[in-house]
Amino acid sequence: MKNKEIQYRRRTELWLIIFGSFVVTLLYILTSFGNSASVPVDLVPFFVVVLGLGVLAHLVVRKFAPSADPVILPLVFFLNGLGQVFITRLSHESGVADELPALQSTWTAVGVVAFIFVLVFIRNSKDLETQKYTFGVIGIILLALPLLPFIGSEINGARIWASIGPINLQPGEFARLALTIFLASYLVEKKELLQVGTRKIFRFEVPLWRHLSPVLLAWGFAMLVLIAEKDLGSSFLYFALFTVMIWVSTQRLSYLIISFGLFICGALISWRIFEHIQARVSIWHDPWSFRSGSGYQLVEAAIAMANGGLIGTGLGSGEPNRIPEVETDFIFAAIGEEMGLLGTVLVLSSFLLIISSGLRIAIKSSDPFNKLLALGLTTLIGLQALVIMGGVVRLLPLTGVTLPFVSYGGSSLLANYILVALLLRLSDQVENSQSNKEKSIREMSNE
Amino acid sequence: MNKSIRRLAAVFLVFYGLLFIQINRVQIYDAKQLIEDPTNSRIAIESFGSARGRIATSDGVVIADSKINEISDQFRYEREYPYGNFYAHITGYVSFNSGSSGLESSYGEELSGRTPEQLADALYELFADDPETHDLVLTIQHNLQIVAAESLGFRNGAVVVMSPLTGEVFALVSSPTFDPNLLSTTNTANANNARSELLNKEDNPLISRATNEIYAPGSTFKLVTATAALEQAGFTLETPVFEITAAYVPPLTIRPITNYGGNECGGSLKESLRVSCNTTFAEIGAEYLGPDLLKETAEKFGFNKVIPFDIATVPSYFPTDFGNELSMVTTPDGENTEIAVVENTPLLAQAAIGQYEVAATPLQMALVASTIAGQGNTPKPYLVKEILDSKGEVVTFASNSVWQQTMQESTAEMLRESMEEIVNSGTAQRLAINGLTIGAKTGTAQISSEDSETHAWVVGFAGYPQNLPSVAFAVFVEANSTEGEQTGGRVAAPIAREILLEMFEVNE
Repeated sequence: MKNKEIQYRRRTELWLIIFGSFVVTLLYILTSFGNSASVPVDLVPFFVVVLGLGVLAHLVVRKFAPSADPVILPLVFFLNGLGQVFITRLSHESGVADELPALQSTWTAVGVVAFIFVLVFIRNSKDLETQKYTFGVIGIILLALPLLPFIGSEINGARIWASIGPINLQPGEFARLALTIFLASYLVEKKELLQVGTRKIFRFEVPLWRHLSPVLLAWGFAMLVLIAEKDLGSSFLYFALFTVMIWVSTQRLSYLIISFGLFICGALISWRIFEHIQARVSIWHDPWSFRSGSGYQLVEAAIAMANGGLIGTGLGSGEPNRIPEVETDFIFAAIGEEMGLLGTVLVLSSFLLIISSGLRIAIKSSDPFNKLLALGLTTLIGLQALVIMGGVVRLLPLTGVTLPFVSYGGSSLLANYILVALLLRLSDQVENSQSNKEKSIREMSNE
Repeated sequence: MNKSIRRLAAVFLVFYGLLFIQINRVQIYDAKQLIEDPTNSRIAIESFGSARGRIATSDGVVIADSKINEISDQFRYEREYPYGNFYAHITGYVSFNSGSSGLESSYGEELSGRTPEQLADALYELFADDPETHDLVLTIQHNLQIVAAESLGFRNGAVVVMSPLTGEVFALVSSPTFDPNLLSTTNTANANNARSELLNKEDNPLISRATNEIYAPGSTFKLVTATAALEQAGFTLETPVFEITAAYVPPLTIRPITNYGGNECGGSLKESLRVSCNTTFAEIGAEYLGPDLLKETAEKFGFNKVIPFDIATVPSYFPTDFGNELSMVTTPDGENTEIAVVENTPLLAQAAIGQYEVAATPLQMALVASTIAGQGNTPKPYLVKEILDSKGEVVTFASNSVWQQTMQESTAEMLRESMEEIVNSGTAQRLAINGLTIGAKTGTAQISSEDSETHAWVVGFAGYPQNLPSVAFAVFVEANSTEGEQTGGRVAAPIAREILLEMFEVNE
């Protein structure tokens, strides 16, 4: 990439971050007005921290991944800031969880540090590719961690927590990243086998059993652990993620059909077996019949969003605290109530922009591993956002996952900052290799 | 590979598109329906979060106010009703869990600052702490309301006192009553308990007997029958003259209709009104009017219609179907042979004296009295005189209006004359007050053919001599098994008298 173009990208990023910081701070002021009709006392520190973290991350990108995509980081900071504003606003009334905003901002700082760490220490994606089995093992260990006695614990019916000392983490959030890295490199290695070793049944190219079996094994293991952990949302994310990655890497529709079939079977069987899944489906279908019980959350969320209408009730003027879990799974409904359709569409488009930037990285990439990893990471974040936003508005059955960067949750924030760092690393690499290619083409034509 | 990635991008776009559509459905298309969901307590929370407007009587006594709530974090204000029981059916209550009633319900938007105008005003003061709420000033007179409630005492029943000319309601009492403070408390557990306790009470104190319950009006309905006779059947106060008898047997039955206490009565319309003669009015209904004329007249007074009022009311009822018309029949007394009657003429005869299925709210009967006391027009009754903004300036005020043109002025005058005679020498003599011109009609309605217990009614008007009456009223005392027979003249009239003494400030 030309120096001028690099300069342009980084300057765009910086200005977007500064602009985003102002928007987030303005929302913070409005929240304070809505809550107590006064300017927040910590206005200046808030602005300094928001802008400071953004500029810091920007400077690191400038130094260590100068050619990376300029839009992703500002969008991430905007979503994170929006989440922080809402978590602050929500803690104002509930009174119980006043430490949430402070914890969230601490985790944001930790996330940014992790972001910097990844960009500084992982200078080439090849380092990840060569360590694929390490990542595979790490992923599986992380997944299994909550099931272990002493370390693992069950909260709200899902066994997804692990306690190490004073810190509670959801190792699953990190397991997803590790398994995506593993799968990307595994698929690159076995791509030829998976593509070539096929047998024709009717018109479909069906892969030979022995080539598919490792994938199925890993897949089955993941499913088993997740069923044991009762984490429907993550289970679905894995299914979809693996399917997409295998489909794209092999270009075989048969994989897509097999996966889809497996998914339908799995869904039907688990629906028959597990009461909590039946309950999820019934409240998805008609939450009003369970108004005072399991459907309460969804009905309150729908009323909240309806109450918001087009422009919202205004920050601090709604009643989003009536929705259980509003800081985590249902923060989208709180945004819908107080910022209206404008707010929800803003969030939705932010994720669409992140997805399009991510997929562009995948398309530009010539290295198959980079391509698959960029694709996997983008799918991960795009799908997770879709699953929870769709769940809140009853487009999909509700599954408890966080809205990336917006929801309260340390593990989620940390994992997603690492994800974005990896994505920017890939982006930088892709742009450089492309310009190298162009350079070599130019040099060849000059000769 | 890039082809698949582009396809994936398309899939994402489709799903995010569906998400966008669904968000639009929730936030825009279905929003109204969702917000109006009966289980949506957000509006309640919001209104509990800020002060509601006050409600005051016409003489400035505050009967509903909001005070700062020092106990609950969730609700900043608590509604307070200083005269709780006395105004329960007027103010109603605002309960967090079970909605609101009375004026709190029908003027909920004004009181909580949610009308479109108020919301627009609030935009000017964007960061104001509280919304611009409005106060209500009622037509109710505080002392009169208290006296009316106290003179009804522990009896179940209702009192309506109003201006026959303007439609202003001066007193509106229903007994038994309840304490709206208990239902409106921000301690929701206590409110729920109080509510279920009230709901379990047999005599249903939550329901306003004045406006939301209908009862057989008994002989007070003879005013409607008399109006129909004067307006539609060519009667005068003196002609025709009915036979003096103890029993009247309507066509198509052998069961006679008798007079109170087995007395013999009859004569002219005026005389029959004076002694409340059942036989005369049963015959008028069955043989002179028929179902259509009687129903038409009843509806001109407001029966079978929802009375336009500031709080919710139920319509009074006059039966609409008495069967097919039959060809000529000979009446049993042979006096009025060869007339066309309907299949259910015996029931029509009962309806003409306010029995059978005829049923009215006390408010409706007060309107009957008002119509006669006025110039033959039924006024539109109202409770809310003025709506004030937070600076005390009048935003809107009620204007007097005629609801229905019911009868000619001359007919009303004839009926007034007859009703004054009832107080002078008829069934309502207990009502007489020196120095006032009072007219009334009593009613004693049986609620079943077996039991002796009866509803007691008196409806009427009062004013200074040589002037049009300035007050119309209806007093209703509900049937009670321990009291047995309660006649309008003995039970209801003294209550009305107490009220008139207060109203006209007569000291005896």
